[in-house]
Amino acid sequence: MTNSIHIPDAEKLLQQLADQLRPHINANSALVGIHSGGAWIAQRLRDALGAQISLGTLDISFYRDDFSKIGLHPEVKPSDIPFDVEGREIILVDDVLYTGRTIRAAMNELFDYGRPASIRLAVLVDRGGRELPIGADFVGAHLALAADQNLQLNQGQDGRLSLSLRPTEK
Amino acid sequence: MLTNPQLNQHGELQHLLTIEGLSARIIRHILDTADSFVPVAERDIKKVPILRGKAIFNLFFEPSTRTRTTFEIAAKRLSADVINLSIGASSQSKGETVLDTVNNLAAMQADMFIVRHSQSGAAHLIARHVAPHIHVVNAGDGRHAHPTQGLLDMYTIRHYKKDFHELRVAIVGDVMHSRVARSQIHALTTLGVPEVRVVGPKTLLPTGVEKMGVHVYHDMARGLKDVDVVIMLRLQNERMKGALLPSAQEYFKYYGLTPDKLAYAKPDAIVMHPGPMNRGVEIDSSVADGGQSVILPQVTFGIAVRMAVMSILAGK
Amino acid sequence: MKIHIKNGRLIDPSNGVDAVQDIFIAAGKVLAIGQAPQDFHANRTIDATGLVVCPGLIDLSARLREPGFEYKATLESEMHAAVAGGVTSLVCPPDTDPPLDEPGLVEMLKHRAKSLNQARVFPLGALTQKLQGAQLTEMAELHDAGCIAFSHADAPLTDTLVLARAMEYAATFGFGVWLRPQDAFLANIGVAHDGEVATRLGLPSIPSSAETIAVSTILLLARESGARVHLCRISSHESIAMIRAAKEQGLPVTCDVSANHLHLSEIDIGFFDSQCRLMPPLRGLRDRDGLCQALKEGVIDAVCSDHAPVDDDAKLVPFAEAEAGATGLELLLPLTLKWAGEMKLPLADAIAKLTTQPAKILGIDNGHLAPGHPADLCLFDPQRYWKVEPKALKSQGKNTPFLGMELQGKVVCTLVDGHVVYEGGDGARHA
Repeated sequence: MTNSIHIPDAEKLLQQLADQLRPHINANSALVGIHSGGAWIAQRLRDALGAQISLGTLDISFYRDDFSKIGLHPEVKPSDIPFDVEGREIILVDDVLYTGRTIRAAMNELFDYGRPASIRLAVLVDRGGRELPIGADFVGAHLALAADQNLQLNQGQDGRLSLSLRPTEK
Repeated sequence: MLTNPQLNQHGELQHLLTIEGLSARIIRHILDTADSFVPVAERDIKKVPILRGKAIFNLFFEPSTRTRTTFEIAAKRLSADVINLSIGASSQSKGETVLDTVNNLAAMQADMFIVRHSQSGAAHLIARHVAPHIHVVNAGDGRHAHPTQGLLDMYTIRHYKKDFHELRVAIVGDVMHSRVARSQIHALTTLGVPEVRVVGPKTLLPTGVEKMGVHVYHDMARGLKDVDVVIMLRLQNERMKGALLPSAQEYFKYYGLTPDKLAYAKPDAIVMHPGPMNRGVEIDSSVADGGQSVILPQVTFGIAVRMAVMSILAGK
Repeated sequence: MKIHIKNGRLIDPSNGVDAVQDIFIAAGKVLAIGQAPQDFHANRTIDATGLVVCPGLIDLSARLREPGFEYKATLESEMHAAVAGGVTSLVCPPDTDPPLDEPGLVEMLKHRAKSLNQARVFPLGALTQKLQGAQLTEMAELHDAGCIAFSHADAPLTDTLVLARAMEYAATFGFGVWLRPQDAFLANIGVAHDGEVATRLGLPSIPSSAETIAVSTILLLARESGARVHLCRISSHESIAMIRAAKEQGLPVTCDVSANHLHLSEIDIGFFDSQCRLMPPLRGLRDRDGLCQALKEGVIDAVCSDHAPVDDDAKLVPFAEAEAGATGLELLLPLTLKWAGEMKLPLADAIAKLTTQPAKILGIDNGHLAPGHPADLCLFDPQRYWKVEPKALKSQGKNTPFLGMELQGKVVCTLVDGHVVYEGGDGARHA
């Protein structure tokens, strides 16, 4: 059976997301991208929405809920929140929203930096399959995918973003 | 008995007993992971939840407040439960062996033992006898190894000097009795440092040390010439008693790091010391507190490196 | 008891015999070799087809741990281990608790050993009182009580004046002085050979000079005193040249090597394997090879097991804290055979190092098979492999670096004074 799912153009989705966010950005806003895909998107969103917006990145490896099962992720990157989280309106950015566990971990980590005024979630793709009561406020596209399919964001040499679909590695 | 006891059957780190036998890849992985722990110390909440629910036992058969404290801080920053055991007076004098102590503790749901002992090979012995799910970190065994110190020293060098492949490093002092020096030598040679030197009087340099891949110097002027990193080792008082050295004064005159001796090294050379320092014996205060000294950052990095080691091991 | 051992390959280096021959035993002695004597009716016939029949082995050092160290091993278990290893005569060092410095203790030991009816025990008497290196023992009395020579075991004898006088006194009576050459000051707290391995592992070390300096001292004092000296457990190759020179000058000096040192080196310590914690320490490869060669050339006269059973707990501690020693009575034969095989020497040479040579050193009428002489024999299967594991060992000491290894050469039957004192496995068949 051929795969008849249409993979959207990530660059287009990025534009749509930026357009959705624009009315909600103010001086108190901050973008926080989740490694690695979310961080790329957050950077691009800042380019599109205004260089003055505070930008941070989060690596959630230390906040995951599956440490006992799979141990430490082989490639941990430092989190970098170069602004005070206290009282800020954070826009958390990720590439694909799926089970919701990554977002749960990211929020826990963010709260260890301080108490934000609010956190809203912006994702390029919401593929359903939630295992936790978490929802995105800004979505580029909705896609229904089977559990054995892995949707990935890639960044080309030129910085262009693209989405690809691969069977889940066992 | 010659299969590497630190690695499990998948070649992953099960225990950290010594740097000897670790690949450069594993060492770099630990340093890279430590990078991510450094910023945690700068937050208000200096904790991550990763080892929540894990019980880490500090088994110090040889007393040490400093090292034990850094491991305790590191473990707590990982949200682990820490239990400190200073096994000195009580059990050992009652004739309880190292393994007896360990077996008793294993029944207490330990996940990890941080072990310091005055005898070389103690951590290896414990690692051979613990239940498969328990990880052992060697916090110093006799003269043999102090791997977390070696790793944090490498982290420090990498932080200031970036590329190991271009460096000259001199380790000065009592290499004979130093587990720190041995770990440093293994780490430096494994990471590809082209020139590793040991500098000291003959009585303090062990037989055949060149076979570990180092150049031997007995003269500070020659030993420090053009080096990028100077690592000073602590000199203990006992050395004077054992007919190895006549006095601290003569040692300081010929092997102590003073500004004029430091001048033989490169102008941007960094000065390191595993601590605690004997000011005026192996290092002059002006150098210890001077612009080239990175001794205090070593301590900070030490916590991040230990957090990295414990996280990597506990996940296996 | 009349015994006929048939079809065995008789190897008796003392008499230059290596042939398939029968041997006939009666009243504790060898009656005849080859042809049955007239009117000989065996009470028992042992079919030794495929086996080597040789004189019972003579082990120049085996600690029996009695008196005083019964938690490590007992006379019963160790004597049983001896004959299981084909050892029919053994020398035991004086470092028991209390040390063998009183005739009463020696008599008791000899009596206990004799009553077990296994191997012959030749105790070494302490050279100084309590092995403290200060006062001489009553060597003549001890000799009368049964001490074959005098030794200082592993206890330091640092006062050269005392050493010199002890040797002179022993020489007065023609008693042998057995010394393990080690300068106590240079050895210090060392537990491993002063070389690359000890440096890497951070173990306190003993330089080769600790042995060579002591060898030199002992040889010079031997020349002056006229004492017959036996140097125990040579470990460094530098000692060999000195011993060779002394022998060439006609000095009455002999020496032995431990079977462990013919095969192992410092490298075998690996990751602090306390089974390799031995005294003297395992040295470098060059030393090991030098010892093998010296044994071949005869500069080293004999091999011994240096049997030292150690309780498990004493090995399950960090290397430097572990008690030194390895169990060895049951490994003496296969390890010596292994040495001969690797040196491409005939079986007879291996056996000579365990029979002819030790007998010469001790001056006893054993280690050979001739009509009219005591019938101590060892029957072994030179082809058979066996695994060195705790259940295979009769000794209470299960401590050996060879644990888990398969060795070739299994003792099948041992006779002392013409009596079968050991029969093992399914080797010898009975007609």
